[in-house]
Amino acid sequence: MDTRTAQALVRFGLGRRGGEPLPADPAAWLLDQLRQPDQTRFDDPPTAAAGLAALREDRMTKPPPGESRSRALFNAQATQHLANAITSPAPFRERLVWFWTNHFTVSVKRGACAPVAAAFVEEAIRPHVTGRFGDMLLAVMRHPAMLLYLDNVASIGPDSRAGQKTHRGLNENLARECLELHTVSPLARYTQSDVTAFANILTGWSIDLKADPPGFRYRPFAHEPGEQTLLQRPFPPGEAGGVAALTFLANHPATHRFLAARLVRHFVADDPPPDAVRVIEGVLRDTGGDLGAASAALLTLHAAWTPGTKLRTPMEYVVASIRTLDVPPARVPNLIGIMAGLGQPLWGAPAPNGWSDQAADWAGPESMVRRVDWATGFAGRIGNRDVEEIAANALGPLLRPETRDAIRHAGSRRDAAALLLTSPEFQRR
Amino acid sequence: MHLHKTPIARRTALLGLAATAAFGRTTLALANAPTDRRLVVIVLRGALDGMAAVIPYGDPALASLRGEILPASPGQTDGMLDLGGFYGLHPALSGLHAMYRANEALIVHAVAAHYRVRSHFEAQDYLESGTDHRMTSGWLNRTVTALPPPTTKRPEGEALAVGVSVPLLLRGPAEVANWAPHGVAQPAPDLYAAIVALNQRDPVTGPAIRQGLLARGYSDSVMAADTQPKDKFAFAALARSAGEMLRADDGPRIAALELGGWDTHTAQANRLRGPLKQLDDGLVALKAALGPAWSQTAVLAMTEFGRTARVNGTKGTDHGTGTVAFMVGGAVAGGRVKATWPGLGTGQLLENRDLAPTTDLRAVAKGLLAGHLGLGAPALNRIFPDSDAVDGLSGLIRT
Repeated sequence: MDTRTAQALVRFGLGRRGGEPLPADPAAWLLDQLRQPDQTRFDDPPTAAAGLAALREDRMTKPPPGESRSRALFNAQATQHLANAITSPAPFRERLVWFWTNHFTVSVKRGACAPVAAAFVEEAIRPHVTGRFGDMLLAVMRHPAMLLYLDNVASIGPDSRAGQKTHRGLNENLARECLELHTVSPLARYTQSDVTAFANILTGWSIDLKADPPGFRYRPFAHEPGEQTLLQRPFPPGEAGGVAALTFLANHPATHRFLAARLVRHFVADDPPPDAVRVIEGVLRDTGGDLGAASAALLTLHAAWTPGTKLRTPMEYVVASIRTLDVPPARVPNLIGIMAGLGQPLWGAPAPNGWSDQAADWAGPESMVRRVDWATGFAGRIGNRDVEEIAANALGPLLRPETRDAIRHAGSRRDAAALLLTSPEFQRR
Repeated sequence: MHLHKTPIARRTALLGLAATAAFGRTTLALANAPTDRRLVVIVLRGALDGMAAVIPYGDPALASLRGEILPASPGQTDGMLDLGGFYGLHPALSGLHAMYRANEALIVHAVAAHYRVRSHFEAQDYLESGTDHRMTSGWLNRTVTALPPPTTKRPEGEALAVGVSVPLLLRGPAEVANWAPHGVAQPAPDLYAAIVALNQRDPVTGPAIRQGLLARGYSDSVMAADTQPKDKFAFAALARSAGEMLRADDGPRIAALELGGWDTHTAQANRLRGPLKQLDDGLVALKAALGPAWSQTAVLAMTEFGRTARVNGTKGTDHGTGTVAFMVGGAVAGGRVKATWPGLGTGQLLENRDLAPTTDLRAVAKGLLAGHLGLGAPALNRIFPDSDAVDGLSGLIRT
């Protein structure tokens, strides 16, 4: 295995699965994943409709905590999501799904999001990771998971008929986070009046829990009447005005710069090199926000092929460990609990800005020791296999001689596997 | 051959947790067998230095080889525990010494299996396979299949597909269950120390792991591989659980335990005390938990190979050949050291470095299985392939 192949597997993928065949041309293998349709399958594909139906039932029957249909749905879907990643033959594509899911964080810390979180990934994110950013943004902003998470379901135009009648009003949460975290970012120097205007634009974007099937619903009665001005642009009232505003934000130069920096931070280095950011920004601008083109452009960055610049997050680490020891996901009990124990519960980020993409935030002493403890326990799954061979399969030339020596001189295969999984080169990608 | 269900079923709830949690380097696997005799085999992974555990202090060449790591003489403070004038037990093995004095412990010295490799992994495979190549089943599992079919029906059970691995020793056609208690053990400090060393030069993971362990109460000296504060109770807890399960009238009859921490390449005098104490505590706990069933019990503790006769440059010992095997239990004809001592003088060491083996470990195991479980030569030769020329030692078990 050459360095480039190893780098393709760990930097852009989820780690090599056991001794799976190596790509002949690493860059072509990655590009091919962008071109091929997504092969991810669920036994029972998550949908917002099914999730909201579970939520509706729970709200009527009021089951004790832990016994709700919502929670059961979440557990099953989250487990299958992780299992799919562990066995994915297109790990670069899966990494992009994770990246954009985190970019548009919804968190099950908000209980109502639990039954629709997987549906959010499958309906709003996955179909668009190689498509247009504008399409993804629109799918996200109309998805019940996002509307619930950032409170837009409760936002009512003060001068709308519902507002006049109920004296309830605006909730800016979604509008503010969409500007700050999802699109233009503070780079665009928007003001409070922009946030208010955008919140007005989004009034009426809600869900209907009583419908069959339940789902997104635009509620004209709650929509603020009148034209709104967002970043010096006028937008007409009505649902179409919201679509126009999102299209405008998706294609804003500040959005392209912000997305480029995030992509480069994720795939290149914690401190994104400015020239690399400029390349990706240019691709987004020139292609009208084509995320497939931007992803492909990442592969052309020289800096993206420098090994070991990124620390694996707990989720990346656990999935890579399981792939490396080639343990079938069904034989790893409690995947969700493992992620939570290591401080990165699936779809459970503490805040709308999602999980950090910087090593310093994951390398706290307690997190690292928990990671080490989990790895030394998981190393027991090595059985009687040759750890040196597994290490060479996983890391190729990235394996340091001192780690190979430590593996060779360990007192048991289990210790040897623990040393592989806790070595700094394995903890990086 | 059925899996024992009742006591394990009580613990199946723990299995999922155990499989995902750190549980150190001890595991327990169990199997039923149609006998009232209890057999426990302990695999000491990492190569126990037999001459540090059972010290041949009567050999005149010993002091020149290992003077710097020898405990005090018998009778002195923290001195060796005498075994009759030539051998002395390491002072950490006081429980074993009491068993020896009660004629319940038999020590076989200068023993080695018949393979001559110095790779831990290969040697452990061969040790557990019971042959000089790797097989897909272990000799203890083949022992279970060699026993006559049960005359009375034991409680039914299904094989537990649990996450933790069954040691090769007990893998094979006979069904086996295993479990590890949650939270009783964490990685041994010397593994932590190796992990700290591997990450030392990494600016991110290095300081974080070190500080994290310090916060958990590991001192820098522990991380530099000294003693074992955290999981010193783990093996005893596991051995006690094994004893409780084996004791039950309808319980399992065969257990395999593993204990690591023996690979003492550096600072052996310090590093060996912890694992020896754990082993000793485990044997005492096992005996206590077995209660009246102790009289029906034989325990064999064995390791993949011994260590060099000379101390190396870092006050440790490297991979060697001859070592000890322990047999304890109420069924064992103990109170003696069984050895043809090869000597440590000039020309007496194997390859001028290792204790020369004079007893084949298979002879010990075959003698144990013959005496304890009544297996005849044809069965024993199937359990240990290509061992027809090796006769089992007689008189290991009380009659």
